Amino acid sequence: MTVITLADIMFGAVGLVAVGAALAVVSTSHLVRAGLWLVVTLGAIAVEFLLLRAEFVAWVQVLIYVGAIVVLLLFAVMLTKAPIGRSTDLDRPIWPALLVGAGSGLGLATLFAWVYASDGISAPPVGSAEKLGQNIFRDWVLPFEVLSVLLLAALVGAIVLSKKDAKS
Amino acid sequence: MTPMWYIVLAAVLFSIGAVGVLVRRNAIVLFMCVELMLNAANLALVTFSRINGTLDGQIMAFFAMVVAAAEVVIGLAIIMLIFRTRRSASVDDANLLKY
Repeated sequence: MTVITLADIMFGAVGLVAVGAALAVVSTSHLVRAGLWLVVTLGAIAVEFLLLRAEFVAWVQVLIYVGAIVVLLLFAVMLTKAPIGRSTDLDRPIWPALLVGAGSGLGLATLFAWVYASDGISAPPVGSAEKLGQNIFRDWVLPFEVLSVLLLAALVGAIVLSKKDAKS
Repeated sequence: MTPMWYIVLAAVLFSIGAVGVLVRRNAIVLFMCVELMLNAANLALVTFSRINGTLDGQIMAFFAMVVAAAEVVIGLAIIMLIFRTRRSASVDDANLLKY
């Protein structure tokens, strides 16, 4: 007999919201609405992070994804599609994609369910910013520095790509 | 409750994103679906961190988010460039590499 806790109920409700909003992202015919549904999905996943006690990752998710990436995507929508509205030419034939998606989804889900069904939760660490920072700067310093170089490269690359008189 | 269901949720979100990448034509919506897949992978990483009782998975998820931010910046710059030359954001119109 398993006990259903409040966290389990929260997981179910928020997971349903995430899946529903993700389906809306994939199926809506309004580009801007796809971006706004993406906000709902990302927020729901941030709540799942909180339920998994990954506080820092949850707030980084809100800051980077909801705060920066979605705004960038919406800007790109506005720059490339001047009259905003319903678009009719968004979808390809859906059946092959549905077949591939259902196959991969069912395969992954059953594989994971089979592998992890017996694993319990072991001594959950709280992923606060303090502990994560200690770990990053003790064990993960080199990847962290490489990441800063990557960000610099992306910055320079974006500037070079968007220069008006870029001679090929 | 076992953390298995979090991983199943991640698999479901990942396959929804994969279907989106295969179905949609607009390059920006394609990007949104890629973000969905990356987020599902992050959810799986954080769940693994919870299963193992260490913080390493959370740190990897954090790194994946930063890489995703860099990827979006470059990808959107490329989309804008293609839009400027071909006046379209549809991936079916960017077919110069075919044949």
